Amino acid sequence: MCISNVPDTTSKINFKDNNTAFDTAGVQFVINPNDEFGLTRAMWFKEKQGASVAVVTVGDASVEPTLRKALAIGADEAYRIDAPATDGFFVAQELAALVKEIGFDLVIAGRESIDYNGGMVPGFLASALDYQYVTNCISLEIDGNNATAIREIDGGKETLGTQLPLVIGGQKGLVEESDLRIPNMRGIMMARQKPLHVRPATTSESHTKEISFSKPEAKGAVTMIDPTNIDQLISLLHNEAKVL
Amino acid sequence: MSVLIYTETEKGVFKKNAFEVASYGAALAEQLGTDCVAVAINPSDASQLQSYGVAKILAIKEAKLDTFNAKAYATAIAQAAKEANAQVVLVSSSADSKFLSPLLAAQLGASFAPNVVALPESTAPFVVKRTAFSNKGFAHTELTGSIKMIGVANNSYGIHEKETSASVTAFSPNLEDRLFATKTTSVDKVSGKATIADADVVVSGGRGLKGPENWGLIEDLANVLGAATACSKPVSDLGWRPHGEHVGQTGKPVATNLYIAIGISGAIQHLAGVSASKVKVVINTDPEAPFFKAADYGIVGDAFTVVPELIEKLKAFKAQNA
Repeated sequence: MCISNVPDTTSKINFKDNNTAFDTAGVQFVINPNDEFGLTRAMWFKEKQGASVAVVTVGDASVEPTLRKALAIGADEAYRIDAPATDGFFVAQELAALVKEIGFDLVIAGRESIDYNGGMVPGFLASALDYQYVTNCISLEIDGNNATAIREIDGGKETLGTQLPLVIGGQKGLVEESDLRIPNMRGIMMARQKPLHVRPATTSESHTKEISFSKPEAKGAVTMIDPTNIDQLISLLHNEAKVL
Repeated sequence: MSVLIYTETEKGVFKKNAFEVASYGAALAEQLGTDCVAVAINPSDASQLQSYGVAKILAIKEAKLDTFNAKAYATAIAQAAKEANAQVVLVSSSADSKFLSPLLAAQLGASFAPNVVALPESTAPFVVKRTAFSNKGFAHTELTGSIKMIGVANNSYGIHEKETSASVTAFSPNLEDRLFATKTTSVDKVSGKATIADADVVVSGGRGLKGPENWGLIEDLANVLGAATACSKPVSDLGWRPHGEHVGQTGKPVATNLYIAIGISGAIQHLAGVSASKVKVVINTDPEAPFFKAADYGIVGDAFTVVPELIEKLKAFKAQNA
């Protein structure tokens, strides 16, 4: 289970150092929401089908609380690749090296992280490993070596038949929101005893470089319309906004 | 050297995003002093692309590709990119293109930036502006590899017509059987209905609608406007509407021309997901709803009286302007 450590969804986003870096001051970090659905699904595979579950991330020691949280939710062990996550290509190569070494046959990642929204790590990983691959996955069943996945498409969904070894880009739907696990006290205590392995990076190649960041332009003031004057709304949408 | 664009089709017909990617590709090719070459899979009329500045079209006719298959499509496009000696490869931001993008970039060894909203800010170094932090910011990203790949964000660069005379050449990719090991077994999609990804207008409902039994209001308004329907996260979590309609940070992003939010207060996660929409109309009973600050037009009022009147008046407007 690949975990990304991301700013909480309620975070206000600011940049620092002349807009060349993300300002983490006052930002709470959480398990990437897309990964959370996969993690809970992995727990289901552990409990119902005897899977052992490892969580892995790429980052410095500051991401360890997020890995400990995943252990508290029920993962058996954790791996941290000790390097800054420079870009999606680099992260995928590092994950691939670990997957090859340990021999995982099902890898679940989020369809994208909510910080850089690249959506490329699971696909790059599947390519590096020559595994089967399904993303935007909203349902996953494993039966022996066979897998049935449902993915969201524009305007609907489709069902795919595939096989292990397999990489999944997961999202909401993989489990219901109400089934998401939160750590309990017993889990938190047990997590302290579980192994958290720290590995050095095996490569240094990345394909992209963030030069700077910017924020969306401030929005103009809202035009309020009286609820008894719907004609004015239609007229503004037609003549001013030109969207009708 | 060339710019290769993947122009998506559905049942042989070019999707709207194909024309946006073509418009972007033609402008970029001009910026780089090279040609824009399109690859299309089973198009019924490939020559349509010449209205958008494409110089050459590689048309693949292959029954094995009638059904979308990410690995096989990525392989076919990668072979076309090599055929065209492409230095830049462009794809859209549709669900299918996002599925195949990393597979394609990996095959080409390309530097890949998705969600790109404008032409490159510079081409040496090659720097593009893309959305990041779920639309709360932009990253200006340098693609450092010799081959670059760009995912063009939906409804951002826009469609720009430019008549050219394009040559259409048949192209036959070499597709091994092993590429088809993951197979689509069924597709559940309402055909002919506008989707959140490509609709010009999206009508979205929140908890203010009080229950799933009131969704006829959203659907009626959407029908008048030819719009796709969407909903807020609580509405999908409550099971009032399917997950596929949830728009926001952890749902689908919306980048439509007109977004109408009814009974949605506007949590920061929702605003992030819909902020790329050009014009936002908010209808809410609560004058303090945070969404009004992010809206272009706002009505403080009860959806159950405002929306039916809006539907009637829009019908009259459409009849008059038809």
